[in-house]
Formats: sequence, structure tokens, C-alpha cells
Amino acid sequence: MKIRTLAAFALAALPWLAQPASAKDDLVIGVAQFPSSLHPAVDAEVIKSYVLGFTTRPITAYDKDWKNSCLLCSELPTLANGLAKLEDIGGKKGMAVTIKLRTDLKWSDGKALTTDDLVFTWNVGKDPASGFTNGHPWSDITSIEVINSSTAVLHLSAVTYQYNTWDSLLPAHIEGPVYEKAGNKAADYLKQTVFNRAPTTPGLGNGPYMISDYKSGVQVVLTPNPFWPGAKPGFKRIVIKLIENTAALQANLLSGDIDMVAGEGVGLTIDQVIKLRDAYPDKFTYVFKPSLTYEHIDLKVENPILADVRVRRAMLYALDRKTLVDKLFGGMQPVAQSWVNPLDPNYTKNVTNFDFDRAKAKALLTEAGWTPGKDGICTNKDNARLSVEFGTTAGNRLRELVQQVLQDQLKAACIDVTLKNEPPRTFFGETIKKRLFNGLAMYAWSSGVGSSPRRTLHSAQIPTEANNYTGSNAIAFNDPRMDTLIDQAESELDPAKQLAVWAEMQKIYVDKLHVLPLFYRADPHVVPKWLLGYTPTGHGDMSILWAENWKSQ
Amino acid sequence: MTSYVFRRLGQALLVMLVMSVVIYGLIGLMPGDPIDIMIASNPNATPEMVANLRALYGLDQPLLLRYWHWLSAALSGDLGYSRVHSAPVLEVLAPALLQSCKLMLSSFTFSVAVAFTLGIIAARRPGGLVDGLIGLIAFAGISVPVFWLALMMILIFAVNLHWLPASGISNVGDGSLRDHLVHLIMPVVTLGFATTGGFIRYVRASMIEVLRMDHIRTARAKGAGEGRVVLIHAFRNALIPVVTIMALSFGTLFNGALLTETMFAQPGMGKMIYDSILGNDFNLALTGLLFATGVTLLSNLAADLAYGWLDPRITLQ
Repeated sequence: MKIRTLAAFALAALPWLAQPASAKDDLVIGVAQFPSSLHPAVDAEVIKSYVLGFTTRPITAYDKDWKNSCLLCSELPTLANGLAKLEDIGGKKGMAVTIKLRTDLKWSDGKALTTDDLVFTWNVGKDPASGFTNGHPWSDITSIEVINSSTAVLHLSAVTYQYNTWDSLLPAHIEGPVYEKAGNKAADYLKQTVFNRAPTTPGLGNGPYMISDYKSGVQVVLTPNPFWPGAKPGFKRIVIKLIENTAALQANLLSGDIDMVAGEGVGLTIDQVIKLRDAYPDKFTYVFKPSLTYEHIDLKVENPILADVRVRRAMLYALDRKTLVDKLFGGMQPVAQSWVNPLDPNYTKNVTNFDFDRAKAKALLTEAGWTPGKDGICTNKDNARLSVEFGTTAGNRLRELVQQVLQDQLKAACIDVTLKNEPPRTFFGETIKKRLFNGLAMYAWSSGVGSSPRRTLHSAQIPTEANNYTGSNAIAFNDPRMDTLIDQAESELDPAKQLAVWAEMQKIYVDKLHVLPLFYRADPHVVPKWLLGYTPTGHGDMSILWAENWKSQ
Repeated sequence: MTSYVFRRLGQALLVMLVMSVVIYGLIGLMPGDPIDIMIASNPNATPEMVANLRALYGLDQPLLLRYWHWLSAALSGDLGYSRVHSAPVLEVLAPALLQSCKLMLSSFTFSVAVAFTLGIIAARRPGGLVDGLIGLIAFAGISVPVFWLALMMILIFAVNLHWLPASGISNVGDGSLRDHLVHLIMPVVTLGFATTGGFIRYVRASMIEVLRMDHIRTARAKGAGEGRVVLIHAFRNALIPVVTIMALSFGTLFNGALLTETMFAQPGMGKMIYDSILGNDFNLALTGLLFATGVTLLSNLAADLAYGWLDPRITLQ
């Protein structure tokens, strides 16, 4: 009897213990990852960019229409407006780029943001001992000519198409003494930087919000920056809360413990959001924004079977990618023709179209000497089977599902693939990095808007033992013309010529077909119905860079 | 006794040293590189930048040399810097340890209390209806996956009833004792339930065996009440095998609460060790694993000492 009374009392007490409902002055965002550092230039993580986007603005950023725009500057430097000029630097062509910082900007402790901060960031950024993982673009600057507290001319060592894309600044008045104290002792600055030692220190950011509480691996709490000169932030508090398990993340969303899930690859997967939308169509606003993350299959062309371009083309014709994205992703992820997203200004549609055509695939295989055997799999005159290994990341349920669909589609075109999946660590850390795969390897990578494909397609970036396996050209793409075009793309400033160079690069990529393009991932955003002003971008300069526009209805 | 304890502590230190070599070696042999993770989202990373970062973090040195540097620093009290948390290891370890202690001690107390109560009740009438029901609870505890149980708890008590918070350690801006306790209820019950099942079975089996012994019959013949027979004469003797199991579980609970911590977003030791291994955070992973090893060794020592207290016939030499 006593036990029953106690149990009844305990159950009755539970509602009393329940937390109070959060008001709309607060916005709680659920994320499945947590930043390892809060320094703007250390560790190039998506989740770090997401958190810092609320507090720290880059000088320039691509907007929702994928157009470059000023955030900390008052006028975007271009050749047309004269703020960017070609110049001669010791007999070599360089550039002079004038940065005009906005005069109304302040750090979150009230100190003005000036060219001192620009010069300081350059000094730290070009120092190899600073440990910057976002070294670009500071290492390209040879000198800075300070005109006044808001204007400076940056002298670049080479002509570069990225002359008007510039990263975040560091607060010289806070980080200066730390950097000075660290001297040139390798890694000391990284350990002592205030961004990591005391991230709630006022003055570290210049955006609409500032970090008021930080618990590593738990949550970041943001409150409005009193010195922000722009539109008044719409929330008194934004909480970014880590819930690593995505099933728990969904449950938290449904329980109201979190209001929204960040969509930029740091929250739920697209299939989870599609299921959530089907189950609760009216509870949230669902946004699927195609992104720059490119899902593809690398081919090992040293494999005798894949050395023949006709076989590679047959494989792509055999894949019904449209049906795949329609059935698995509700048609939300666009089919890819190359690594360049149609939303990218450098995209061209004038490349060979490999729409699903099984008959064409079989014809190409026949032409290449492969004919269907008794078991339906093709063999050649030496009786060798048309069979290759197909690897991807084990444990990524969605990717494994895609892999099985592709396996069936290839089999229907008499191509046998044997699945050989590995944990992500092994797959990326060994198999891809050291090019140990023998056939097909499916994974994704992200690029910036208009980013040069040097890392993935230039012959100098082929990972080898000699270069300690650095570089991401895992397909060992080695084409002198492509190398030349990449060099040109990086230094060509005429937009029309730039487009022509990019068009030719895409044509070579598709014609040679060392990669089977699959689709561009879509970022799945789940936001509350009452949230206004939320506009996902689909690229690395995320929606949070305009978070002051987020308001509750 | 004192010399026994010191000898065991000496052995524990030796084990820790060997484990540090083994763990460091294993982590070092794992595929992947911290630098790969650091530049993963940087489309502008160059091979030169990668090489510079490798040198900066000392990753260009041979594994043995890196271990030696770590050991030398560790012996002087510097456990290194955590790359995943961008903070000294001790600063990361302390809050995780505190959180784990809260969760682990609460759930351990919960499961021991439930296991002793139900185990003793079941042992009094083996094969009866009550024993069957308790057996059902025990097997449910053993076989229900923690992941599923956690999710069901969240769905029932957070999503449907809105009685309890779904995750976290406290609400932003609150942080009162009540708030912390509320956030602990579901993780404690989930983790506790997972270990209770096994404990119940051990307590029940041990009690059944002891209740059949001659001294119990003698106690009953002398007119001792049933409560005294069970709790005083039988229970203490039944504890020896149970204590062994519980001591071993105590050590594994420390780093085995990974699923509970992940599901309820509780930043404890299990999750910290797991994240540090995934993130190639050598210093933190090594320290965390060594700590877990130490706890296991100490809990075994505590169990051995408890034998002597429970059964005066046992002497420790």
C-alpha cells in the first residue's frame, strides 16, 4: 500500500517538475555536431561557421542569390568601380584591392572595428605558426597600405579571381596581446587565443549576437550584441544545443525542447526530414535547399575494366539517377551533370547529357567488347567478368541505400559490382586518401561558390607517398589542358572569359568521365511556423549571416 | 592489509603504464589524421598548409617520440591539450567526470536498490508468481536496448506527456537543483534499468543458494523472524558473488554510458571518450581511457576489500 502511495505521489509530482514552456523571445536550435574551436580561422568546420555566423561577420559573403556582397565593407571592390586594380609587383602581375570598412561597425565591447583589425588579421593569417586552417586569403597579401581607420589597400602577390572575397577579422585589441605573447612558438597562439580560452569575452565578435554562455559539447547561448548597428535582433536569446543522436534530435523537436533543426548538414538527414514532413506536415516549415555538396562516384581508371571510357559512359547511362532521387529523396536533390551546381555562376549546360538509357549503355558495352554471359553479367573475349568493387562509408544508412539501388541498376545493364564498405575513418583516412580503392568509391565533397577545382582536378594535387598523400585529386585526374584551364580560371578576371574557361573544364570533366556524378545534396531545414526572415542559401555563407532578420511572428 | 593495498596499487600503476603504451599505439595506428578533419570543409586548403599544420601539431614525428613527449609532460602534471575542445585536457575532463559521477552514482544506486529489493523478494518464493513477474522485469532490463528504451522514455514523458525535458543537463537561465534533478530522471532510469536486470538475477540466485544453507535452518529453528533471517543471516552471505559483479559493472558504467549520454545529450565521460577517439584527439582519448582503466582497477580492489569485510574467513595477503 505504501509503495503504491509513493508511486502515485512520484507520478503526480512529475508534471510539477516539468520545465516551463519557452517563450518566443528565445529560439532553441538543435544541432548534431559541436564546434571544436570558436576561432574564426582555425578548424574549417561547418558547425563552427554556423555558430560564429551569429557573432562574427566576414568582410564579404555570397548572399541567398549566390551573389558576392559586402557585410563589413561599404562597397564591394571590383575592377569596374576602380577599387580593384592590376599592378606590377617586381615585374610580376599583382593586384591592389581597396577595402572600405563600414564606419558604423563596432566589436561587441563597443570598440570600433578599424583597419588595425585588418592589418592584425593579415599578420596572424600569414604566419605559419598561427595554425590557421583558413589561410586563404591572407597569405596572398604582400603588404597593406592603410589610408585611414576605415580604408586600406591590400597588395596581392598575384592576380586572383578571389580578390573580392575576404574572411572574418580578428579583434586586434583583444587578440593582439595574446599573439604577441605567444611569439613565434608554434601552436602557442592556438592554445592561448581568447576565442577558445574565454569565448564569452565581449569584443570577440561584430555580428548581431554575442556568446553569453558556452559549454563545450553541450550548448552555446547567444544574446544580442548591444553595439550592433544593423537591424535589431529578433530574439533575446538564441540557444544552440547539441543533441548528437538524430532520433533524439527529432524527439526533442516534437517535444518542443528545441524549436528548429539547423539544415546546413549539421542536423537531420534529408530522409528523416521527409518522413517528419509526411508525419507532421503542418507542425513546422520544411525547406529543402539544393547545396554545393556534390555526391559522386570516383572511378579508379587504372583498373583495366574502367580504363575504357566507353565502359565508364555505359555505367553512367545505366544509372537512373532521376528515379533514384525522386524515390529516395522526394525529388529534392537535383541530378548532377558535373561538380558545378546549376546555381553556380560558372555552370554550363553545354556538356554531354547522360540521362538514363539502358539500351545505349548496353550498346556501348558491346562496342567495348563486353557481352552478356549466362548469368546476365557481361564478359569479354577472355571470359573476364565485367565486375568491379563498389565502396562507400559503412553505417551511413542513406548512402548504403543509394548504393544498393545503383548496384541493381548496374546489374540490369550487365555490370556486376561487389559492395565493399568501410567505416568512414578507414574509407576517408586510408582508402580515398591513399587511392586504395580498386573500382568505384562513392562519397561527397563541398566547394565554395565559384571555387577553383584545383584540389580535386589539378594533377599537382594527386595524393602520393611523395607528397604525404596531401591533395584531394583521388581520381588521379591528369590532363595538361585541365591544369592550364585551372590556372587560367584562378587568374582570369574577365567574366566572359571566365565563363568560357569554366565551360571547357566542365566539358573535359564530363567527356573524360573519371567520376560518375550523382546528385547535389539538398540541405533539409526544419523551422518553426512562427519564424520569419529565415532564408537558407545552400552554400558555405549560411543563412545565419543574416540572422538579425530572424523574427518571431 | 595495508601492504596488500599498496601492492595492489603498485600493480595498478604498472597496468596503467602498460595500458598507456597500448592505447597510444592503437590510437596512433587508427586510420585518419586530425588534420584531415580540420581542413575537411576548407576548399582552399593546400598541401603546404596541411604539411605546416602537421608540423605545428607534432604529427610529423614518429609515434614513439610523440608518446614519450606525452608521458614526460603527463608525469609533470600536463596531460596535454584537447584538439576537439580547444582546451587543456584537465579542463575538459573535470566537468565530464562530474556529470558522469552524477549519472553513474545515481543510476548505480537506483539499480542496486531495485535489484536487492526485487532479488530478495524473488528468492523467497522461487518459481512462484511474484518470482515469475520479477524474472520478466529482469529479462526486460537485460534484453531491451538502451537506445530504444531512451527513445521510448523521451516519446512518452517528453513528447506526449510533456512532464520531463527530453535532453540536456539544465535549462538555460535556470540551473537550480530541481532543474538538474529533473534533467537526470530519464537518463538515470534508463541507465539504471539496463543494469538492474542482471543484478536482480545475481541477487536472486545467490540468495536462493544461501537460504538453503544449514545456518539459515538453524536460525529459523532458533525462532528468528523471517525478516531477520533474510536480511541479517542470509543477505550478508549472499553478497560476496553479487559484490564482484557490481564492482565490475561499476567500472564499465563509467565509460559505458555512451548511449544514454548521447540520447539525452548528457556530456559525460563515455561520450567524451567516444568523441575524442572519433575526432583523433589523442591526448583526451588517452587520458579518458586511462581514467576508465583506473576506475575499473580501483573498483576491483574495493570489491576484494569488501570480501574481507563480508566474510571474516577471507584474509587478504
